[in-house]
Amino acid sequence: MKAFDFDWKPLALVPLLALLVLPFIGSPSTWLTLTVAGLAMGMIIFIIASGLTLVFGLMDVLNFGHGVFIALGAFVATSVLGAMGDYTGSGSLWVNLMAVLPAMVVAMLVAAAVGLAFERFIVRPVYGNHLKQILITMGGMIIGEELIKVIWGPLQIPLPLPEGMRGSMFLGDAAIEKYRLLAVIVGVLVFAGLLWTLTRTKIGLLIRAGVQDREMVESLGYPIKSLFIGVFVVGSALAGLGGVMWGLYQQNVIPQIGAQVNVLIFIVLIIGGLGSTTGALIGALLVGLMANYTGFLVPKAALFSNIALMMAILLWRPQGVYALSK
Amino acid sequence: MSAQNLMTLEGVHTHIGAYHILHGVDLRVPRGQLTMLLGRNGAGKTTTLRTIMGLWKASRGRITFNGQDITALATPQIAALKVAYVPETMGIFADLTVRENMLLAARSAKHLGQLDEQRLQWIFQLFPAVEKFWAHPAGKLSGGQKQMLAVARAIVEPRELLIIDEPSKGLAPAIINNMIDAFAQLKASGVTILLVEQNFNFAKRLGDTVAVMDNGVVVHAGGMKELAEDEALQHSLLGLAI
Repeated sequence: MKAFDFDWKPLALVPLLALLVLPFIGSPSTWLTLTVAGLAMGMIIFIIASGLTLVFGLMDVLNFGHGVFIALGAFVATSVLGAMGDYTGSGSLWVNLMAVLPAMVVAMLVAAAVGLAFERFIVRPVYGNHLKQILITMGGMIIGEELIKVIWGPLQIPLPLPEGMRGSMFLGDAAIEKYRLLAVIVGVLVFAGLLWTLTRTKIGLLIRAGVQDREMVESLGYPIKSLFIGVFVVGSALAGLGGVMWGLYQQNVIPQIGAQVNVLIFIVLIIGGLGSTTGALIGALLVGLMANYTGFLVPKAALFSNIALMMAILLWRPQGVYALSK
Repeated sequence: MSAQNLMTLEGVHTHIGAYHILHGVDLRVPRGQLTMLLGRNGAGKTTTLRTIMGLWKASRGRITFNGQDITALATPQIAALKVAYVPETMGIFADLTVRENMLLAARSAKHLGQLDEQRLQWIFQLFPAVEKFWAHPAGKLSGGQKQMLAVARAIVEPRELLIIDEPSKGLAPAIINNMIDAFAQLKASGVTILLVEQNFNFAKRLGDTVAVMDNGVVVHAGGMKELAEDEALQHSLLGLAI
């Protein structure tokens, strides 16, 4: 028995998919552009999905209302960035960041506060009942969207990239959008932070243990409900951050922006294995790459491609790539 | 409550959904002794342990621990009274390493460096497998090694009461002997133990007192020695023909 028996096969799927499509795309520079775009999209989806996978793993709660935190994050970003035009209008990336970072922080705080209320009044009464969870959290999302319309109006709001984040860098012939690189960096930082918390801190150990056997965690003397509320709030905050990133990625925001991403998020969670953070990362990167490759190669199949990817993964590993021991 | 009893159950009833499982359990767990809870499958032994731990709530009756009424307390509050529970399924966190499992059970330690080294050495001497596989994923351990880890985890910090559900279940005879030695040492250290067991040979080698359950009530309580010497009583209570 090896001391560190990590299953590396799922990690290999990401480079494998990228290499498999290279001959079909033909041009290495186009391939590189699409790959970076796919990784950026995947990283944003991962930021959004990471909290949700822990919420499901820890308390067996199916939160279909997660999209409302994404929308909230995106709309808060329109207000904060809109009020900081001097900073977003500058051609300097560092000056832009002085607007984007506060927007991210405010979006996370607002999403966390709403997440706290969402857990208390919508999720808590339906613990243990999946059907009620699906219905009431979807209802919660609809109400959330309507409230967003009340505050920000029903129309699409532009969320242009700050000046310094626009445009591309060139690697040979390959054009790589600056914002996509930034999204990859933010995603990597979030993943590293989550991984560090989950593996190097006692609270992280408790979360990982709670995902496997919450009753035993309680028997060891730790109140799992407090832990769950904490994870739910952090998950909501991450969705808010993802909302800012996604809104800037789309460059415009509508109240249904969260609902549009919801399907992708659940595909990611199912591919990754419900409750697994590393699985969510793999799932998100695969989904991001697949969406970009098929969008370029077979645009008509783009919508179907991620469902097909999920089916293929589930045929290989029915519990997802990193199924947790329960 | 008698001063000698660490824990008492008085007329405890438990319902699980529509099912009425415990029908008024009366049980005394003397301080510093090893109490065996015996009975056939479905007698209500596991339900009794889970009710004590607050994992299932008593619908009637009273449970007192160290003179305190714990009937309505939540599981973490009961655990905080230095009560450790090892379920029948062992409750090992398979995706965590052995050391992470141990660290989690040590509520006062934030990191491995804060574990009581002297106590850890004592545990390693009781259960050498825990030291041998310290950095390994717990899910890769054998059944016997997992059981050792489950008990080691329960005693990583000093406890007033150890509640253990069927520790010998599915284990090889050599491992069972190892467990018996470990429990004997634990008993000698002064900790109170409540142990559910189906293996009567295991039970009679360790038990000081015994309670036998049937149909959700305690039908016999007394000294283990008396039951071990009375084959007719064993036969009538447990259906044993030794």
